[in-house]
Amino acid sequence: MSDITITERQAGDVTVLDLDGKVTIGEGSVALRTAIRRVLGEGKNKILLNLGGVGYIDSSGIGELVSSFTAVNKEGGTLKLLNLTQKIQDLLAITKLLTVFDVYEDEAAALASYN
Amino acid sequence: MNTQEIKLPSRIESVDAAAEAADEFAKKCGCGDECVYALDLAIRESVANAVKHGNKFDENKDVEIRFSESGDVIEICVRDFGSGFSVADVPDPTDPENLLKSNGRGILFMNSFMDEVKWENPPGGGLQVKMRKKL
Repeated sequence: MSDITITERQAGDVTVLDLDGKVTIGEGSVALRTAIRRVLGEGKNKILLNLGGVGYIDSSGIGELVSSFTAVNKEGGTLKLLNLTQKIQDLLAITKLLTVFDVYEDEAAALASYN
Repeated sequence: MNTQEIKLPSRIESVDAAAEAADEFAKKCGCGDECVYALDLAIRESVANAVKHGNKFDENKDVEIRFSESGDVIEICVRDFGSGFSVADVPDPTDPENLLKSNGRGILFMNSFMDEVKWENPPGGGLQVKMRKKL
């Protein structure tokens, strides 16, 4: 059984990916990369990653968030983060990536920010 | 002193195996949740480095791990049998020019969550990292 489940839903022209599980080296990171590539391949480039269900992330998972961010940017899109757990927020602070990502605690506000 | 040693093959699955062993050892030593999380993250990063950058996925080379607890300190040693590398040469991942790189943050996490991290070149080759955490 996979360490992570990624569920896709559409909110207007924003694709929301709800992540549930662990984003760690191996399966978790690969699953995130695959989901982002699939969504971009479908021509959707406004992506909101809901990390509220992610209980654990390592440096590989953080790296995958960065790769996702740059991949979406390259396609002229925007990737934003929603519902960071305290642990993820701490890791993004340590790595100074809070200065890179647009982060939201409220989904409605996050969706509105794309317009 | 309470000690435990394990050897794992150089594959990604060993990262989870090492973390499970660390969690079990830490709980046996009476670590609280924050300490367990710190040890878990540090061992994941160090074993991932040993598998990828040290042994370069060569399954003929093991990753050796030793947990020990003495007084109020837990020590974890992770050793690979690769050609070694200079930690000083690893670019600072928080430097603005490196922020968007997809890797290179593992050592930063180890240093951030453990009280002491030391790198050694043990006799017989490879690289060993010793990490200590107060309970």
